[in-house]
Amino acid sequence: MNVSEIIALLPYQKPFLFVDGIDTISDEGVTGHYNFKKDETFYEGHFKNNPITPGVILTECMAQIGLVCLGIYLLKDELKGQNPQIALTSNQIDFYLPVLPEEKVTVVSEKEVFRFNKLKCKVKLLNEKEELVARGIISGMLKA
Amino acid sequence: MTKEELITKLKAIVAPYIQDEEAFKNLSEDTDFVTDLKINSANLVDIILDIEDEFDIRLENEDMEKMLDVKSAMTIVNSKLGS
Repeated sequence: MNVSEIIALLPYQKPFLFVDGIDTISDEGVTGHYNFKKDETFYEGHFKNNPITPGVILTECMAQIGLVCLGIYLLKDELKGQNPQIALTSNQIDFYLPVLPEEKVTVVSEKEVFRFNKLKCKVKLLNEKEELVARGIISGMLKA
Repeated sequence: MTKEELITKLKAIVAPYIQDEEAFKNLSEDTDFVTDLKINSANLVDIILDIEDEFDIRLENEDMEKMLDVKSAMTIVNSKLGS
């Protein structure tokens, strides 16, 4: 399964798609990236006259790349071109640095366990200087 | 392991995942994980994985499907420990 096939099966679209590309993917993990656009809708309100990417959006970006892209890859034989059924079930994330408009972030996710349709990953978010922006554990249920 | 010891261990395993405190207080062999304790499907997987670690056994899809209440969990754990 190639990268464009994976991205095509993501059940998101603008303004809530936070995946630009996948750099590497295997049964054990995934690395992907997203460039926060200057005009993302949430910058209007977070914060007043001071646009900073909300932590929940960073978490979403980490989940879309780290969990959903990886989950699609892991389910590739069962999906047969259909979107997966997904649900975020838990996350625990620590944040270290802010992400501003037009910053590119890289998500590095390592699979901890994928059994009985539950995928749990250790996920890191890095900025362009390769500084650690956020890290944590994200879990979700995924099935074809 | 006696029945009581097994129930005590299972009770400790499910404790972090229950939503219904009252049903948990009155936990018995007949307590259903989903309808009584209101445990969701993601947390049922956590319970399965925690049971595997606690008893050093390996559970399969068919075990997962059967493990709906305390009694069936006890039966499955006992059969795995015995085999």
